[in-house]
Amino acid sequence: MSLSATATRFFSTSKDGDSTTSLGSPFQCLTQKELTSKKRDEFEDILEERRLSSDLRYAMKCYTPVIYKGLSPCKPNAIKSVVLQSEQVQYVIKQLAKEMGESPDIIQEEAMEILDEMGHSMQLGTVRFFAFTLSKIFKQLFQRVCVNEEGMQRLQRAIQEHPVVLLPSHRSYVDFLMLSYLLYTYDLALPVIAAGIDFLGMKIVGELLRRAGAFFMRRSFGGNRLYWAVFAEYVKTMLRNGYAPIEFFLEGTRSRTAKTLTPKFGLLSIVMEPFFKREVFDTYLVPISISYERILEESLYAYELLGVPKPKESTSGLLKARRILSDNFGTIHIYVGQPVSLRTLASGRINLCPYNLVPRHLPQKPTEDIQEFVSDVAYKMELLQIENMVLSPWVLVAAVLLQNLPAIDFELLIEKTVWLKGLTQTFGGFIEWPDNLCAKKAVMSGLTLHSNIARLVDGHVVLNDKGIEDGAVGEIVFKRALVILMCSTYRNQLLNVFVRPSLVALALQMTRSFRKEEVYSSFSFLRDIFSDEFIFFPGISLKDFEEGCFLLTKCDAIQTTQQEIYPTDKGSVVVSFLSAMFRPFVEGYQLIFRYLSKETKEAFTEKQFVPGVRNFVFQLLEKGATQCYEALSSDMQKNALAALVQLGAVKKKKIVHRKHTKCCCKSPAMSLC
Amino acid sequence: MAAEAAGSGGGSPASARRRLRIISGHLRGSPRAAGQEALSPSPCKAQGGSAGPAAGSIPKKRQEILKWNGWGYNDSKFIFNKKGQAEFTGKRYRLGGMVLPTFKEWIEKTFGASLEHKTTSRASLNVNDVPPPIVNEEFLQDLRATKISYSQDAEDRVFRAHGHCLHEIFVLREGMFKRIPDVVVWPVCHEDVVKIVELACKHNLCIIPFGGGTSVSSALECPEEEKRTIVSLDTSQMNRILWIDEKNLTACVEAGIIGQDLEKQLSESGFCTGHEPDSMEFSSLGGWVATRASGMKKNIYGNIEDLVIHIKMVTPRGIVEKNCQVPRMSTGPDIHHFIMGSEGTLGVVTEVTIKIRPLPEYQKYGSVVFPNFERGVACLREVAKQRCAPASIRLVDNAQFQFGHALKPQVASIFTSFLDGLKKFYITKFKGFDPNILCVATLLFEGDREKVLQHEKQVYDIATKFGGLAAGEDNGQRGYMLTFVIAYLRDLGLDYYVIGESFETSVPWDRVLDLCRNVKERIVRECKEKGVQFAPFSTCRVTQTYDAGACVYFYFAFNYRGISDPIHVYEEIERAAREEILANGGSLSHHHGVGKLRKRWMKESISDVGLGMLRSVKEYVDPNNIFGNKNLL
Repeated sequence: MSLSATATRFFSTSKDGDSTTSLGSPFQCLTQKELTSKKRDEFEDILEERRLSSDLRYAMKCYTPVIYKGLSPCKPNAIKSVVLQSEQVQYVIKQLAKEMGESPDIIQEEAMEILDEMGHSMQLGTVRFFAFTLSKIFKQLFQRVCVNEEGMQRLQRAIQEHPVVLLPSHRSYVDFLMLSYLLYTYDLALPVIAAGIDFLGMKIVGELLRRAGAFFMRRSFGGNRLYWAVFAEYVKTMLRNGYAPIEFFLEGTRSRTAKTLTPKFGLLSIVMEPFFKREVFDTYLVPISISYERILEESLYAYELLGVPKPKESTSGLLKARRILSDNFGTIHIYVGQPVSLRTLASGRINLCPYNLVPRHLPQKPTEDIQEFVSDVAYKMELLQIENMVLSPWVLVAAVLLQNLPAIDFELLIEKTVWLKGLTQTFGGFIEWPDNLCAKKAVMSGLTLHSNIARLVDGHVVLNDKGIEDGAVGEIVFKRALVILMCSTYRNQLLNVFVRPSLVALALQMTRSFRKEEVYSSFSFLRDIFSDEFIFFPGISLKDFEEGCFLLTKCDAIQTTQQEIYPTDKGSVVVSFLSAMFRPFVEGYQLIFRYLSKETKEAFTEKQFVPGVRNFVFQLLEKGATQCYEALSSDMQKNALAALVQLGAVKKKKIVHRKHTKCCCKSPAMSLC
Repeated sequence: MAAEAAGSGGGSPASARRRLRIISGHLRGSPRAAGQEALSPSPCKAQGGSAGPAAGSIPKKRQEILKWNGWGYNDSKFIFNKKGQAEFTGKRYRLGGMVLPTFKEWIEKTFGASLEHKTTSRASLNVNDVPPPIVNEEFLQDLRATKISYSQDAEDRVFRAHGHCLHEIFVLREGMFKRIPDVVVWPVCHEDVVKIVELACKHNLCIIPFGGGTSVSSALECPEEEKRTIVSLDTSQMNRILWIDEKNLTACVEAGIIGQDLEKQLSESGFCTGHEPDSMEFSSLGGWVATRASGMKKNIYGNIEDLVIHIKMVTPRGIVEKNCQVPRMSTGPDIHHFIMGSEGTLGVVTEVTIKIRPLPEYQKYGSVVFPNFERGVACLREVAKQRCAPASIRLVDNAQFQFGHALKPQVASIFTSFLDGLKKFYITKFKGFDPNILCVATLLFEGDREKVLQHEKQVYDIATKFGGLAAGEDNGQRGYMLTFVIAYLRDLGLDYYVIGESFETSVPWDRVLDLCRNVKERIVRECKEKGVQFAPFSTCRVTQTYDAGACVYFYFAFNYRGISDPIHVYEEIERAAREEILANGGSLSHHHGVGKLRKRWMKESISDVGLGMLRSVKEYVDPNNIFGNKNLL
């Protein structure tokens, strides 16, 4: 069956469920005539209450959370021994013992150690400690923390009904702290959270997080069968028992660019397995979108993208970072999405026969259709996150500003921001812009909050590049790149909402023909090239194209006939704005391809690639031969390489000891140059 | 083991039994048959077309004693008496004539049903509604020449147009089948069947074999699109035990005999087959073979495939049978396995040689209460592991336990009610069992007395390890009695907007709990989605244990008030439940068979190639689809 056919089915089945699905697919808006009129939930500021009453009393409140109906209560340590004694883990232990000729006891010991390293030990005391300190910190850092209450109510019902998996977006370390804080506030069962093992390197803090419900996974353990078995069983045991909601990040790591990262499938397939094996009746997947008006780590991210290594997680680093407490980070919006029933998603799609023919405790490689299903679900969840992500007015300002460097008239900026607001809403973007707030105020407050990025000088808005003039050329480029990358982090939040119509616009410009087929073929090429840059549901290129066209038609930018697509007279503004919005990516990718085709030898390692491109682009910027600062972003560089590998333009070869990527450039991917 | 004990018990009881058998044989008048056997190698009495041999429990005119629009005997049914209390009528069952004081409340509580809201079935069959017979006159002439008894009477035809699926009964009560048999024939022996099949081939007719009519798989329904004359071949008059071989402990029996008659007649000679499916009062030996039946006491006696030694079947290609009556042979795939489960698609089973056992010396019921279903299943698993399962061991879940409780008759004396109270107090208060969670296993032991007692102790010891408490013989016995009576309940439910059915599966041990939970939950969920107003009654029991798994039986019923097309809704939910069973690693059927109801899952169940293998057998044996009931394939 073709991918798109499956995808279509995937969506059509998910539409059937009554309570469990929300506007799932990116192309459902085709049928949904008025996207802007979509009923959005009301937000509630949870800090308001905290500012009025005692934090201590709040931390000591009677906490009797709502729990899963089938829960058999047990202590964190009891879970560990259940996992250790489970048939699944015992089977792997015996296997390994046989293969390595060692006594099972030794391997069992090893498993125990893994469990001790991994396992959480949630304690109410620590939770209360966090409740207290986080109240203090959050009030200091943020103006408001807004939550859709209806989402919390839906979550409350879901938690009682079936095991729940929380899938928040990941932009900041604040994400998981905030989410636990939120669940505590609403008297819901606290989640157990899959955290990177790096946190354990932090003295005290690592242990504190463990007691607040974090469990730790190594960054890579593909080859370690024992680790995999113990880890998977640990997660599944908690899920089956309905011990607590399980929380992890589909994106795997914090997105440094505020664009949603392509999903990782490992943990998702683990939490789905109990349902495939019918050990649970159903599992709820809850997409959660957390957006920050100003991201705590914004400058750190920019440095990282430019190749200044990320500081290791350490307690002293955390203490040093406390100076940010005096800063203002604006508002956080948390949108808890409609719980999605895994059963509904899977209905009619999965052949369970393979699971019926092997004992359930044997480790089993998922079949191809299961893998495809897991991937589809992962993308679907990310698209839901994107759909519900609240966008602040500042995001619009940043997008306009980046197209009008070095300076833009303040009034013009306001005008364009308002125009962009309308366009964003037409495309289904979720902008939090209070009805009574005038545009000037909104833009002004954004500028105030982000004074480190932009400022108002003589009625013009310019990037805040204080001190750039002095210093060597290299230093100027670096500093400028920092600000631009920071600024683009905010514009990026718009991109996934804009990507389909924008790629159509780009394709129209590229094709120089109005024939639908040709435009589609360019669109499809762009979609493939940017497959790691933006989130596309796998295999539905045509649907994406149609949606893009539909949205452009909706804002009168294009007209379509049976065979042709052409821009309308007044549509050229929209089309050129959209293509300008994505130009940094087009140009960036072109630079990267140029580097690959001209500057590299036959083969290179992945390690050499990023610094290589960076130097190449850096030199061009110094010479003034390009203005594409964003091509310095290591994120873009990696995405471009990944896409080329996927398209077969670059081959990846593993050689002993280290990964080697061999480059052999083929024409189609390069035609972007 | 019981057999050896009985055999070595000494010559005198055995010879006494033989005498008894001879006497009873005289009384039944079978020497006539025996005499003919001596005269001709192919015996067939009743050449004159007069009614068959030994009068069975069910007459040729079934409607004389059986309900035409429901389950079982006319005189046996649940009613609400003038006081509004539930009562079971008739004298055939232990429950007969008893008042069930708490039953009404249970129905109201469980289904949200009320005695005020009643639906009534048509009082009798309306002959005018019955589709006119499509009959081939030449065939009728040929048929008359054979002197085989036949009928074109509307009642006779309708009675053989259905089994006991919910939708079939519903049609009887409120509508009419689109297609029913055109002629009913009653062969009285193998040769008659041979003649009928020959005629059917000659005139290109469709034959649908009919045994006891207890099918719950739509197997007896006539395909609507069948244009040929449909002949219902009623085997009920082929009901003699042809011979008993005490040396090899086998009996050759005509396939139309029904369970209760077979056991009754064998017991006169001191034997039994031990095959007791829940339908044994009505279902026939041939039907058991055709559907791969399973009996309650299979732990001692085996399922039908373990019991059968030899089968004779008449097919359009001719007669299929083996050349000897041996316990096992290695001659390629066992042809019996093409026949068992063929569901009337290949031919008519006419004679079966079946294993027999001496009647058990001693029978004892028992029951065990477990704190919850999980513990109960764990106990059954352990019993199966130790291979010490009694003749029957069943575990009912809490809902079914409460249901059984609601069917408790009024107690005779204050003393018994006091005792009941004490028992309840002990279990719930002293032992801390939650009456809304606990579940009950019922047991039946059989064999010689000493060994039964020993066996009983072994099983109770295991049960104790799983937190089980012995709950008395009486509860056990009532449990088994209810099995027979429970089938009558649907008719009562139908009167009060409650429809329901049972279905079954087999499943590996490690998936039993998950399957039970998920299927019940699925049913509840589907009901909700389909707009069923009251939570359904959805309950299960583990009815058979095997080395590698168990048989699970579900009951499912709901109040359909407010739903315009209840049967359709019911069928959709049942279908969803079956999908759930399959997704949980359960089988399509353990013993009910496939019929037409579960055909759609056959490919998934046995693979394309598997289905092709069965098809090719059908094509060879019956190329013109004479046996055109469209079951299975």
